This record gives sequence, structure tokens and C-alpha cells, in this order.
Amino acid sequence: MSGVQRFDWSDAFLLDEQLSEEERMIRDVARAYAQDRLAPRVIDAFAQEQTDPDIFREMGALGLLGPTIPEAYGGVEASYVAYGLIAREVERVDSGYRSMMSVQSSLVMYPIHAFGSQEQKGHYLPLLASGKMIGCFGLTEPDAGSDPGGMRTQAVRTARGYRLNGTKTWISNAPIADLFVVWAKSEAHGGAIRGFVLEKGTPGLSAPKIEGKLSLRTSITGMIVMEDVEVPETALLPEVAGLKGPFSCLNRARYGISWGALGAAEYCFHAARQYGLDRHQFGRPLAATQLYQKKLADMESEIVLGLQASLRVGRLIDQGRFAPEMISIVKRNNVGKALDIARTARDMHGGNGISADYQVMRHAMNLETVNTYEGTHDVHALILGRAITGIPAF
Amino acid sequence: MHIIAFTRSTPDTAANVTVDDSGKVVWDGANIVNPWDEYALEEAIAQAKATGSDATVITIGEEAHEEALKHSLAMGMKNAIRVYEDSLDSTDSLTWATLGAAAVEKADDAKLVICGKESIDVQTDQHIYQLARKLGWVMLSNVSKILELSDDSIKVERTTDQGVQQVTAQLPAVISVLKGINEPRYPSFIGIRKASKATIPVWASSDLGVELPQAVTEVISYENLPERDMTTEIIEGGSVEEKATKLVDKLLEEKVL
Repeated sequence: MSGVQRFDWSDAFLLDEQLSEEERMIRDVARAYAQDRLAPRVIDAFAQEQTDPDIFREMGALGLLGPTIPEAYGGVEASYVAYGLIAREVERVDSGYRSMMSVQSSLVMYPIHAFGSQEQKGHYLPLLASGKMIGCFGLTEPDAGSDPGGMRTQAVRTARGYRLNGTKTWISNAPIADLFVVWAKSEAHGGAIRGFVLEKGTPGLSAPKIEGKLSLRTSITGMIVMEDVEVPETALLPEVAGLKGPFSCLNRARYGISWGALGAAEYCFHAARQYGLDRHQFGRPLAATQLYQKKLADMESEIVLGLQASLRVGRLIDQGRFAPEMISIVKRNNVGKALDIARTARDMHGGNGISADYQVMRHAMNLETVNTYEGTHDVHALILGRAITGIPAF
Repeated sequence: MHIIAFTRSTPDTAANVTVDDSGKVVWDGANIVNPWDEYALEEAIAQAKATGSDATVITIGEEAHEEALKHSLAMGMKNAIRVYEDSLDSTDSLTWATLGAAAVEKADDAKLVICGKESIDVQTDQHIYQLARKLGWVMLSNVSKILELSDDSIKVERTTDQGVQQVTAQLPAVISVLKGINEPRYPSFIGIRKASKATIPVWASSDLGVELPQAVTEVISYENLPERDMTTEIIEGGSVEEKATKLVDKLLEEKVL
């Protein structure tokens, strides 16, 4: 039987051996932290809708925030594959915790690093990498979701900088944020969308919490309200204009989400498998039934295919050869499949599946958001449709 | 001073360990650092920092144990050494102790060896005592706290079945540490970067100036644990008292009580 080896259901395509030693070690630290420190508090945090800001400090101390930025700014210039592996381990516990981390890393640290001035980078990045400062990203508005080009937030030139007015909504981390990366149409730049870095405490800037979420309850969400917020010239991100600024941040975050969602899916798959082995009905384990096995086989197949796809896209990002459409494929596919898997796992757990202790319903509830944010499932289909046909159908 | 810690890679504590058809021990999942060693490594790093000492981690065994060394370097150990040669049987404790002692003697100014309480794969700790004997050093087991460490002495708290005792000893010494002595740190990403680039020297017995001892123990075979033969019976009854009486009768019948 040369050339044949034992099948490992938990690593079907031997993902482990496709990673570098450094990537495996980073993954192991993220897994140890997520299981030791996040898993024990997630059930209560979700039930009570509590966000623990200490998590940023804990993640920062380990290097989980902004790992891809250079050492000089507090990162380690880790690969994007390593970044994806971290997202997968954190989201294996909860999509809310992964959201907090994604926002800080991809939506706040990335744009400051890519588009910021030397002063902005030198000042903010080490504080964000260590978790001493919490960041948020303001793009979505009450009347501009999938169509961010329709934003109303305006920046006008003043004697010493800019004055901003507008409202952003559905902003992760906003109510506890120290730093706000906000995108606005700038009159002084011909109406182009420009990025601004606002600090908490600036007069006219507030961030009320959005109450009553039934999803991502471990991760606080709010609005950013700007009423005549005056900022100096140095608040402008100097190196980018237009939607490519926010979109390049979203590319990184969406790519991380493609890994993260599969972490949540893996949790649900493993839980359903174990439940099926342990739970006996009609004198045999549930896992001994064909319906149950078929569902497990579907879950396993979708997870392993999705992981390979994300790994491939991560390698291409690391080589500087990715296209945003590739990220649309993995974000859309992996989150959609993860949501199906979580719903199915909920069903396979029977009545127990609705209990917080079994955790699968929490994952399903979280993934409802993940399927919608950072480009809805349908909008990513339209991005791909445009690329395939050459016709925008938004 | 030079502080030495020993470690090895073991199957994950959650792994399903079995004996395959060829009699080999196999397990699913990845290897981990022997969990007890994490406390030893943390203590070595912290004490080295506090006293301005050098910290080296050593493993005795095949290449698979290099993972534990890389993990140790990523945690903050300064140097790592692997002792190995083809005919080595690192599960033989006397062989382990002979090579371990020679490796410690080769390190400059080594005065303190820290080991985890035991190895969870072979479930032994005698190799630690044999190491101290080979070196001719003081041995302090079950250390739950290092109270003082100077260039020539150590004061520790030992936790045993009889209670807690404080002991002062002259260095050099070998200590084995308990869970709870500290909270092992996670490897830092910068540490991981350095560790993954590190080339770990491999020393054979000839490099250590000793002859590889003949293993005095031999593992004849490994066997799987017998399957548990268990039945469950739910005792029915109208009241708690009735159920309790039935239970006691049953236990008496089975000669459990």
C-alpha cells in the first residue's frame, strides 16, 4: 500500500504540513490563548452582552494585533497566512472576538501603516499593536451600506485643518475606541473620499452604543456621530484618495474573515461529531445513522475545501499577486458555508442545540452578521459577476 | 551563572494514544511540550532574568523533540541543544541521566538544573534523580516556589504530602518543579521568529566525552488498555428512601460495601 496514508478527519488535506514552522508556532500561540483565556469567558460575555477591553491588551501583549506590520511599529511582519490562522483560532471561540481583532489589525492599523504619515505611523501603530489604544473604522452610514460611494459625511477645509460632519453606523469597537479612522468626502480634494484619524475626546465627536444586537454580543458596536469636529491638517491620511483607501483595508479584513468563519465552522463540526458519538437514540449513537453521517461528510468537505482556498489566497497576498475578486470568492463562499454548517450543527444537536452551553447556536447567530458585514454575500456575488461579465449589476 | 532546563516533546494530553498492529505506539494530533516542563522553562527564564544568568534548554532524543526546543527558544530561553545519536534510547532513564549530566557539565558555569516534575509520555521522574546523582549535585524535588537564588545557594519551598517546607541548599543543585510555581508565558511572536530561524546544535556522546551507556532497561512490548466492561443500571423506586435501600442492598450483594 505504498503511497497511501491514514486519513486524519481533523486535517483531511494535511493543511498543517503546508504551513511554515513559524506559521504553525504562531497558530499554536493563538490557539492556546483563545482556548485558555477566551473560551472560558465567552458564554457569559455573550449572554450579558459584555465587551472586555482587556482583551485588546491581552492580544497586544501576545502580538495578535497587526502581526503583518513591521517590527519597528510593533508587528512582526508575519505572513498573511499567519494572520488568517490567528483569525481562525480566535473565531473558533467567537466571531465577536475575531471582529474586535480584525478591526484593530486590518481596518485601523493597516490604513495607518499603508496611507499614514511618518508621524501617524510612529505615534499610533505601537499603541495600537500593544492594545493600549483601541481603534475603530468608520465607513458605513445609515444611508450608505453596500454603496459607500453614497456617503454623506463631509470634511471642509478650515484655517488649521478640517471640519467633519456626518454619522457612521454599525461600527465595531466604536463606543470603547480611542482612535477613529473615518472616511469622508473632502471638499478641499474635489469631493474625493479621504481618510481622517480622529482621537477620542475631540469636541463634537461621540460614539453611542447600538443596543439589542442578537449577534456578535461579545463585541461592542456603535455609531460615530460627528458634529463640527475640528481636526488639524495632521489628521488626514495623506497617501490615499478615493474608495480604494477603505476597500484596500476591507480586502485584508475580508481575507481574514474567510479563515475566521471556518474556525467557527470547525467548532460546530467537531461539536456535532462529538454529540453524535455520545448521544444514543433507538439503541445506537446518532452518528451511526446515515443522515447524521451525510451531514458530517458535507461539513468536513466544505471546511477542508474552504481552508485550502484561503491558504492559496493568503500565499498570493504574501507574494503580492492577489486580486480583490479572489477575496470575494473566499469571503463569500467560506462564510456562507460556515453559516450553513452552524445552522446544521444546531439542528443536529436537537433540543440541546438551543442551549448556550452547547455553543453552536451562538456561532450560528454570530455568523449571520459575518455573512452580512464586510460585503454581503450577495454584493460579493455582484463583484464576481462584474468580473465575469464585464457588466456592473450593483 | 548558567541555568539549564530540560524538556521533551510529548503527545498532546488530549490525544488518543494507541498501539497499532505492528506494536508501535501511535497517537492522533500534534506533539506538545511536556506540560510539566513549561513550568521549568518559565522558571528558568524568570530566574535567569532576575539574576543576570544565561539560560539553556536541552533535550535528549530524536528530531521530533526539536519542536519543544523551538518552543522554549520562542518563550525566551537563550540557547538550545539537542543530544542525540542513532543508537540512543532516550526512554532508558540511566542513559538519559548519563548524557544529561555530561551535557550539563559541558556548559560553562552551570549551577542550577530545572526539570518539570515528570514526563507525561513515559510517566517517570527517576531520570531527574539519576541526573542529580550522576552530577553529584543536591536534589530538591516538588519545588513550589524559589524564594531566593544567589550565586552559591538556593532557598525553596517544597510542597509534599506532609505539608510545605522551606529548604536552603548549596549550589549546584537539580530541582524539579510543580504546577503552580508560576504561570508559563506564551511564546512571543518575535521569539517565534528568532526560534524558527535558529539552528540547534546536535551533540553526540563523543562530543560530550562520554561513552553511550548500554541501556539497562528494555521495553518488551506495548499493549492497548483492556476495553472497559461496564453496565449501567438505573435504580427505580417510589421514594428516595426506597431507592437508597435498594442501592445499599445491591452494593452489599456485590461486596462493594
